[in-house]
Amino acid sequence: MRLKDLLFLSYTTLIRYPLRTIMLLIATSIGVMAVILLTAVGEGARDYITGEFRSLGTNLLIVIPGRNETSGGGSPAGLAGLSPRPLTIEDAQSLSQIDNIRRIAPLVMGEAPAQYDGLERAAPIIGTTPEFLIIRQWEMESGSFLPGASMRYSPPVCAIGKEIKSELFGDDIAIGEWMRIGDRRCRVAGVIAEEGRTIGLDVQKAVVIPVALGTALFNRDSLFRIMVDVENSSRMDQTKQSILSLIKRRHQGKEDITVIKQDTVLQSFDNIFNVLTMALGSIASISLFVAGILIMNVMLVAVSQRQAEIGLLKAIGAQNKQINNLFVVEAIMLSGLGAIMGLILGHSVTYALKVAFPTFNFLPPMWASYVSLIVALLSGIVFGLLPARRAAKLDPVEALSGNK
Amino acid sequence: MIRLEKLSREFQVGNQVVHALDEVDLVINENEYVSIMGVSGSGKSTLLNILGLLDTPTSGDYILSGINTSKMDDDEMAGIRSTKIGFVFQSFHLIPRLTAFENIEMPMILSGIHPKERSNMVNFALERVGLTDRSDHRPEQLSGGQRQRVAIARSIVMEPDVLLADEPTGNLDSTSGKEVVKLIEELNLSGLTLIVVTHDREMGERSNRLIRLKDGKVITDQSNT
Repeated sequence: MRLKDLLFLSYTTLIRYPLRTIMLLIATSIGVMAVILLTAVGEGARDYITGEFRSLGTNLLIVIPGRNETSGGGSPAGLAGLSPRPLTIEDAQSLSQIDNIRRIAPLVMGEAPAQYDGLERAAPIIGTTPEFLIIRQWEMESGSFLPGASMRYSPPVCAIGKEIKSELFGDDIAIGEWMRIGDRRCRVAGVIAEEGRTIGLDVQKAVVIPVALGTALFNRDSLFRIMVDVENSSRMDQTKQSILSLIKRRHQGKEDITVIKQDTVLQSFDNIFNVLTMALGSIASISLFVAGILIMNVMLVAVSQRQAEIGLLKAIGAQNKQINNLFVVEAIMLSGLGAIMGLILGHSVTYALKVAFPTFNFLPPMWASYVSLIVALLSGIVFGLLPARRAAKLDPVEALSGNK
Repeated sequence: MIRLEKLSREFQVGNQVVHALDEVDLVINENEYVSIMGVSGSGKSTLLNILGLLDTPTSGDYILSGINTSKMDDDEMAGIRSTKIGFVFQSFHLIPRLTAFENIEMPMILSGIHPKERSNMVNFALERVGLTDRSDHRPEQLSGGQRQRVAIARSIVMEPDVLLADEPTGNLDSTSGKEVVKLIEELNLSGLTLIVVTHDREMGERSNRLIRLKDGKVITDQSNT
């Protein structure tokens, strides 16, 4: 039999039973659409997170106190409950000796009550330097960020997030007002325009204060970390080594810090989210198999409904293989058309979601389209095979007398 | 052309063995017009099914055009059905979603003949059964007699040697029944071997040779001259 005839004959059956065809197309297309949508969400999340990190700039080195390394078994220090030697403001200041470093933003973090005019809010506090604004590429809504004084000393000023501003000050002008943070007072210098999250906290709720005020407020010496903006990214590794040896020298020859590159963080998030997307995709493709089983079920019904026709085809010279092919092609056509419908639906819905929620980028990955199409076709073939075999094996005499 | 030697066909019904055909010996020559009669259960349908290679005998041989068919596999039998045998059924067995033209085309589609060639042969067959103007009608748009004529056109489109008809007028009124009989007799006159299973005494007597079956055995085999 010619391929064109085979396709034509299968096509006539799809047209002949429109309700059945539409139902199966819907089932398959929902499966494919689910794959596209879920992977789009996963991929969108990955893009969002890595985008967040990328906005920090790829020239970034992050210095964290403590050695990120497994020491064989329990080290004496670990057993004695010793915490790593703190990373201090002086350590941060000393980094300016290294020539490839452009900006240094030490970070102290904590939470403290923020008060103004009898109103109080618990607010996440970031103690840092003016460089932080540039490193994070934040914009100010009004006023200015922190003044550019030395790390050790700074006037008591702060910049606040939009939400904390409206909660404490309402529609009044906040700039120039004195507010209380914990047991300290500071004057509001500006309001930050940023809306997203950074290092795990909501910028809109945060209060940013000079790092010296931060260490005083929380009464601790140690920095949470130091962010370092590197001038020339091709000398990243060299700079990393310089930082390590400098701090080692300052810490009596103990290498007790970890320096991570932004790239590494980005890479690991990328990997995590790739796995997540694939997991979502596989869960969604289960629905494709459900659709496949549905196709099998309906094809089995079709075989018994079309017994007389199968008997006739055998009587006029159809080989078993040809009967088999007719049913398999019918199943493939159903699953294939369903998959194409699903692709169109899935991509239109993600497009609609993109328009509806512009902040979150829904990105259906290319591979999801290919994989779902292939899985749909495969399930068509696999689940079409059993009914097709049954049709091919029918006894022609019984089939002819089966039903008219 | 057709030779049956001690041909038997048994069916297992429950725990009982039914001899649908019991050691039948039969020779049918080229271009004969044979009718097979008998009450239901006499084995006439089984005989027709075996002649058409839709069924295989339990024992004995069926030699068609010098070839012993007993050792053929499904595909070889399908090949013979395609090229040498035409079937006409009581209930027409047209495919409802296809037009008359496409129904007639079916055997040629199955054997992979080029569409251009198919079209000529279908048109020729349509002309022979007098339905040229109905070629793009579906079965439901045709009368019973017309449907059977489409089925006949389909059975002859591959130019077979033998035409097997199972009660071809059974579902038709007498007028269209007569037309159908006339048509297949014309085909016989033009060289086709015609074997008809029928209840209809009148039709049985029109044939050149009348075989009566009872309990799987040939009880009379007479020539009508």
